[in-house]
Amino acid sequence: MPTMLEVTGLGHRYRSKDGEHIALDGLSFDVNAGELVCIVGPSGCGKSTLLRSISGLIRPTSGQVRLHGDVVDGVPSDLAVVFQDYSRSLFPWLSVQRNVEFPLKKSLDKAERRERARQALEQVGLAGAAGKYPWQLSGGMQQRVAIARALAYRPALLLMDEPFASVDAQTRFDLEDLLLRVRREYDTTILLVTHDIDESVYLGDRVVVLSKSPARVVRTLDVDLPAQRDQITTRESEAFVALRSEVARLLHGQPAGDAPTGNGRPSAGRAPAKGKTGTASSAGSTAASSAGSSSGSSEKAASAKAQPSRNGQAANRNRGKGNGAKSRRRGRARR
Amino acid sequence: MNAKLKQFLQRWGVFAALVVVWELATRAAVSPFFPTPLTILRTMRDQWLSGPASRLFLSDEVFGDVLPSVGRMLGGWALACVIGVAVGVALGRSRVAMDYVGPLLAFARAIPPPMLVPVFLVLLSIGTPMQLATIIFGTLWPVVLNAVDGARAVDSVKVETARVFRLPRHQWLLGVVVPSALPKIFAGVRVSLSLALILMVISELVGATNGIGYQLIYAQRQFDLPTMWAGIVLLGVLGYLFNTLLLAGERRALSWQPAGRG
Repeated sequence: MPTMLEVTGLGHRYRSKDGEHIALDGLSFDVNAGELVCIVGPSGCGKSTLLRSISGLIRPTSGQVRLHGDVVDGVPSDLAVVFQDYSRSLFPWLSVQRNVEFPLKKSLDKAERRERARQALEQVGLAGAAGKYPWQLSGGMQQRVAIARALAYRPALLLMDEPFASVDAQTRFDLEDLLLRVRREYDTTILLVTHDIDESVYLGDRVVVLSKSPARVVRTLDVDLPAQRDQITTRESEAFVALRSEVARLLHGQPAGDAPTGNGRPSAGRAPAKGKTGTASSAGSTAASSAGSSSGSSEKAASAKAQPSRNGQAANRNRGKGNGAKSRRRGRARR
Repeated sequence: MNAKLKQFLQRWGVFAALVVVWELATRAAVSPFFPTPLTILRTMRDQWLSGPASRLFLSDEVFGDVLPSVGRMLGGWALACVIGVAVGVALGRSRVAMDYVGPLLAFARAIPPPMLVPVFLVLLSIGTPMQLATIIFGTLWPVVLNAVDGARAVDSVKVETARVFRLPRHQWLLGVVVPSALPKIFAGVRVSLSLALILMVISELVGATNGIGYQLIYAQRQFDLPTMWAGIVLLGVLGYLFNTLLLAGERRALSWQPAGRG
């Protein structure tokens, strides 16, 4: 199978007010013609930067991208992107039909455009909605319009940036199956970026696992599942479960056999708001709750839990008393 | 049907009541400075609707004064809109242009447009060119500034979508930027329309040999107060009419917006 996309040593760094930030740290991988490759990585690891570099929207600071052998410098003419935010990527002033036709205006005459758009809309099951405006459709239908628009463009490579992240679970399943069906019919090469482990395994022929920021390729896995996939039987098959566990382990940086049970579940609710200090506060809260239970006052423990700032104080006091070493260790184990 | 009637009464009830009050007050006062609304209406009919049936009863004054005025106003305003949108979109999509001309635009807009009348009177002397210049210069800035705002605010995902599909320049500008900016553009165009009416009258009060404004000042000098009032009412009617038409056009042009967002 010929190589469609070659990414070699791709790096991207940019300056911000607190110094230089490395988004991509020398990524290399290939996508063969006709393949569907999923890139999965933790949120905020630079997946979008990667996709924008590959599509030529931004210029990488090192390494290069080749699409069917040609170095990508600016957006190639036979590349399409389906963005996560369908409501912003569709043009609200154009009907569904005209949204799909819009990018074809430069290359096709009216009759051909119309025919291609009709076909693509039929493929995604929206033949009846051609005359509607995007806002008259549900989110899932809007994303199908965006997919139809990309398919009608007949790209050599279709990039998808978390395409199903903004729709509900049932719709996501439908769209995943739709994607698998249309990719066979159009024989399109697809590179799909996601943070959803199950989705990457379910959709992909191969899965490229990225590390936390700065993004590096941790490993590329072949998905040895039958080409015909099914939301229920595929997802319950042993091969699928094994693969998704492997991806999960790679993603969380855990060697096999030492799987995390809850990944610090008690602090999970607080962690996003805390950002970098999340681990420190999780250690603190663990310490605080152990302090509360040791003094036998459940009320105290509850109030300490409610107020993060007092958690920290309690933790510090604990350390001073000497059983801090134990709570620190627990805090580390949790994370 | 009943709801429509209710809405109509709501919209026009207060207006009609005020006219009635005015009628009663002016009748009671019997002042030559304040003719009654009925007198004004009668004067309007004599002035503009006393022509032959073959011309839809339109009088010579309509052809000699009203139409030239309306023509100047709409002509000047339309030119200002075209120039304003073109310039505004170009400035709005340029990364640096506004840094250079931003203060200039802010300054130009801050000048009260009627103040330009003396300047153009000197430059172009009495006549249509002077009036057009006044109207264009006065109505241009709201259109430009709103178009700049609109063109700048094109959604980033739409910008990237357009780049990915490598839209040719004209398709990018006319198919993405202008429609994105259209709600803003209409806001500017609406402000400009009411300005155009004001500037049409003012320029005619000072430098014209015909037109509604000219008729108005002429009547005032002749102490023909009903005619003067008739001119004022006519301007109100025209302003209302043009604004209504523009709103209808805007609703049509922005019909793609979900209901309640426009």
